[in-house]
Amino acid sequence: MTKTVTDVICPFCGTLCDDLEVVVSDDGKQLLEVYNACVIGTEKFLHSQSKDRVTRPRLHQDDGTWKEISYDEAVEYSAQMLAKAKKPLMFGWSSTNCEAQSVGNEIAELTRACCDNTAATCHGTSLIAIQDIGLPSCTLGEIKNRADRVIFWGCNPAHAHPRHMSRYSIFPRGFFTSKGQMSRKMVVVDPRVTDTAKMADVHLQIEQGKDYELLNALRVAFKGEWLPDVVAGIPKEKIREVADMMKSGRFGIIFFGMGVTQSLGKNHNIDEAIAVTKDLNEYTKFSIMPMRGHYNVTGSGEVFAWQFGFPYSVDLTRGFARYNPGDTSTIDLLVRGEVDAMFTIGSDPGAHFPISAVQQIAKVPSVCVDPHLTPTTGVSKLHVPVAFNGVEVGGNCYRMDNVPIDCRKVVEPPEGMLTDEQFLIKVRDRVRQLKGVA
Amino acid sequence: MSEYIIKNGNVFDPVQGIKGDKADIAIKAGKIVDKVGSGAKVIDAKGKTVMAGAVEIHAHIAGPKVNMGRIYRPEDKLFTCTPTKGMERMGGGASIPTTFKTGYEYAKMGYTTAMEAAMPPLFSRHVHEEIRDTPIIDEGAFPVFGNNWFVLEYLKNKEVENTAAYIAWLIRATKGYAVKVVNPGGTEAWAWGLNCLSVNDPVPYFDITPAEIVTGLIEANEYLGLPHSLHIHPNNLGNPGCYETTLDTLRLTEGYKAKNKFGREQVMHLTHTQFHSYGGTNWGDFESKAKEVTDYVNKSKNITIDTGNVTLDETTTMTADGPFEHHLTGLNHLKWANIDVELETGSGVVPYIYSPNISVCAIQWAIGLEVALMMKDPMRCYITTDHPNAGPFTRYPRVIKWLMSAKAREAQVNAFKHKDKVLSQTSIGTLDREISLYELAQMTRAGPAKSLGLASMCGGLKPGMDADVAVYNFNPDKPVANPDDIEKAFSRCAHVFKSGVEVVTNGEIVSNGHKRTLWVNVKAKENPQVMRDINEKFLKYYSMTQANYESLGHHFVPNPFAVEVDATQG
Amino acid sequence: MATIHLNLISGRSIQQGVAIEGGKEKPAYRTAAGIIELDPSDLKKLGAWKNTNVKVTSDYGSVIVKAIETTQGPHPGLGFIPMGPWANAIINPDTYSTGMPTFKGVPVKVDVAINEPILLGIELVQKLCGVK
Repeated sequence: MTKTVTDVICPFCGTLCDDLEVVVSDDGKQLLEVYNACVIGTEKFLHSQSKDRVTRPRLHQDDGTWKEISYDEAVEYSAQMLAKAKKPLMFGWSSTNCEAQSVGNEIAELTRACCDNTAATCHGTSLIAIQDIGLPSCTLGEIKNRADRVIFWGCNPAHAHPRHMSRYSIFPRGFFTSKGQMSRKMVVVDPRVTDTAKMADVHLQIEQGKDYELLNALRVAFKGEWLPDVVAGIPKEKIREVADMMKSGRFGIIFFGMGVTQSLGKNHNIDEAIAVTKDLNEYTKFSIMPMRGHYNVTGSGEVFAWQFGFPYSVDLTRGFARYNPGDTSTIDLLVRGEVDAMFTIGSDPGAHFPISAVQQIAKVPSVCVDPHLTPTTGVSKLHVPVAFNGVEVGGNCYRMDNVPIDCRKVVEPPEGMLTDEQFLIKVRDRVRQLKGVA
Repeated sequence: MSEYIIKNGNVFDPVQGIKGDKADIAIKAGKIVDKVGSGAKVIDAKGKTVMAGAVEIHAHIAGPKVNMGRIYRPEDKLFTCTPTKGMERMGGGASIPTTFKTGYEYAKMGYTTAMEAAMPPLFSRHVHEEIRDTPIIDEGAFPVFGNNWFVLEYLKNKEVENTAAYIAWLIRATKGYAVKVVNPGGTEAWAWGLNCLSVNDPVPYFDITPAEIVTGLIEANEYLGLPHSLHIHPNNLGNPGCYETTLDTLRLTEGYKAKNKFGREQVMHLTHTQFHSYGGTNWGDFESKAKEVTDYVNKSKNITIDTGNVTLDETTTMTADGPFEHHLTGLNHLKWANIDVELETGSGVVPYIYSPNISVCAIQWAIGLEVALMMKDPMRCYITTDHPNAGPFTRYPRVIKWLMSAKAREAQVNAFKHKDKVLSQTSIGTLDREISLYELAQMTRAGPAKSLGLASMCGGLKPGMDADVAVYNFNPDKPVANPDDIEKAFSRCAHVFKSGVEVVTNGEIVSNGHKRTLWVNVKAKENPQVMRDINEKFLKYYSMTQANYESLGHHFVPNPFAVEVDATQG
Repeated sequence: MATIHLNLISGRSIQQGVAIEGGKEKPAYRTAAGIIELDPSDLKKLGAWKNTNVKVTSDYGSVIVKAIETTQGPHPGLGFIPMGPWANAIINPDTYSTGMPTFKGVPVKVDVAINEPILLGIELVQKLCGVK
């Protein structure tokens, strides 16, 4: 016999779908089927039970092999490493729950570490811009119920947030948008004809890296002032057409992603996009929202902020929190060789950092807490596998619009495996002993 | 060590009518008791002032807009960080302290209970996580109802019972404490970029007026018999001439009587009254209407207020009055954040600098003090700064100094660049009243506790009440040499007890205690129609499932204290 | 066969998303992310059939990936390598003091490298880090 767990939250991306249904065996140990998830979420749930799963910590040996060790030994290694380091870095946090993030913060405070999350390579530049200019935004349900102008700028939800358009932004029939897709005009700005762009009413195939210019041109177009014939590869008539479309809506939203956060201009691109949104509020109602990547990077930012005062790239090395992206941010810390111990959790910098930063991780004592085998576990000294958050343990997470949803436990983790939180609590308690603190 | 005797202090307790007598306060097992044994630890309070722990009735200290403020203002942490030290976790932030610092700073000033002023229900998990991470002080949170689609639809049809059933469901689901209303109808209008600036402006589409929303919610609140009344931030906040809207809002209470088992006597609590007492027609002829507003409240026994004092600091404004915040960024061009919340509410955040060199800010400062000084009944007027909107809560000692010392007020008036305008546009120059310590205890302890329906538990030193006690290094028998001594004394307590645990000694944190989350477990009559409406709206309009919305597990509220309300009969 | 010069960007793809959840040690990850998507006109200039191994070189490094015909084009002059260790072997690590590397907008040259093998994900990173 089987049972179906409903209202399951998918722990993959910032869309944080919470309508999944998972069929499990009666004894709660086997995960059989997943409904309503996109193909990535489905893979996450089903793969969690694969036969080749690593279930115990393993220490990298000089000859390239791995030796299995106990969790207690892994705790000792991690605690010693963090307690002894002069400038340890605790990075990641985006694929685990807020309860674990909070324990991690305790450890970081005890060991005077630098701590950072994946916003460092994702929406960190958005945060910098928000700190300069603010953020007019809303929750995703507002889009569903009100939006008649939807702009995707430098993002490709068809690939990165697959159910976003069906749950919130294009297809739903909301309270004031009962015609669903027909209630909305969709604009996509992207240098490629992406699968998202193929659905748009207007696709501005922008010259890559020229987003700042095009955003600025829109602001000029709103005021009806002079424009050059072509900006960022887009003819001025098209720019005016889109500007008018935006102004004529009654509720608009700009969703934006890596196309603008990671290309040159970086935080200035986002600043200009937010300025476009602010300007539009002179004519109609407009909001803007970053398409957050990991399912709980937003949560990590929230927990850092209410406990330390800053959303990422936090430096606790002096015993109080400091923040200065470019100085206290992970890539820069690594590339400058300032870090003497690396603790990675809930992320994969090995795969997603520039290789020159990964090379630094490989040089120092390092621990990687991750249920999977990854390039980070491949270059770390200690790999600690843990239960899958959102599958084998619950815990609070924050969606891309900052809405908190408590993930559910669907199946038991493999015998004897710890969760992130349990492992971190043990590390914290051991660090306290090593530091002579109560 | 669970027995204490605080000896020989000068006690100020409005609950028992003690006005500075030298008396001993005995604590046992978390409560105030008549006497304790000889083994009790002795706390010497000779020459000191002893009061119950203070009760903060309205502050923005936990939740999404508070954290948005922290995230987008790294500069708020500049030079204001405190390192890890002994019991204390590190902290930072002047106008929006981190949660650990918030708890410590309140406790060091003798505050033991605080209410988060506005909880967007969709974000209840966030609010409770921050409350959980705020040490020492008991906290509750007020869910907002004034722009909620269910409320707008039910009250349009005058369905008070259905509204009450919905309120009960929501308060239980979010572990909330009271019915909060912010800019009724106006924040729903703001979802379309519009606003409701008077009590008669209809809400777009829903076609209900703020007046109908307010009266309907008063009726629903009394139908349920909740411990606190409707708690309202009226329409038209902050605009010259807004006092008329305030009076229109206050008049809606006429004929209503409080119905509850908690000793509460008001049907409306008007919050941050300073922001709602403006006259004039523009910033040039801007003037105080504190007298008009307090005259009305003075004769209306069914209203309580809090002041919303301006402290003349750089601070951060944050409120569920989304359209107001957009208006404010238009005035001062500082960075603007906005979060509209589906079906429920909205919010905005904008930094603000209350400069003593700007006549408007100086007049605002004066109005806040006028409100407190013109209110005749200190049991119905409470001291707040609408933290952080009019100033950080850490400035309460300074506000107390201004209220207790006409000399201090005069010095500040003289220091204003536009002193003449302050004197011509307000009556601060004519007010020589000085708040006494007993009145202070009424305005910061017994009064707010009674308004909140917590009079049996806190705000006083009567045996049986919670042992929340603050001892200040302030000797009422000695004349005040320098008004700044008042501010100093109220900044750092000699001792603070929370639920019978000593949490502060000599201004330092010595224990985190066992903070509780206060919430109201209000049971209403079963109402299948409302439950069907709830099911339907979740299915069709919310972006979250109902089961996940209602999910507020133990890890969010590890130490709950439920105030029980049975509204199932009649 | 000629060398072509392109502007390189990297980002998510749904196949890459599925592959990372399936395990980055597996060949499916290489199939999803060890590729460069080229516009047909650029493949023609390169003088190569689609699904040919190529060497992509920037100022920061070089990597062997499989050149495939783009599924989200046309985008002449633009090359797309899904986010992952292959892209990160050659993108610009400079954050210009923002903390953010320049993952998008890196000038690269592409040469045919038919006989060069494409490494698996973890293998590639270990090799570039000198880890056994």
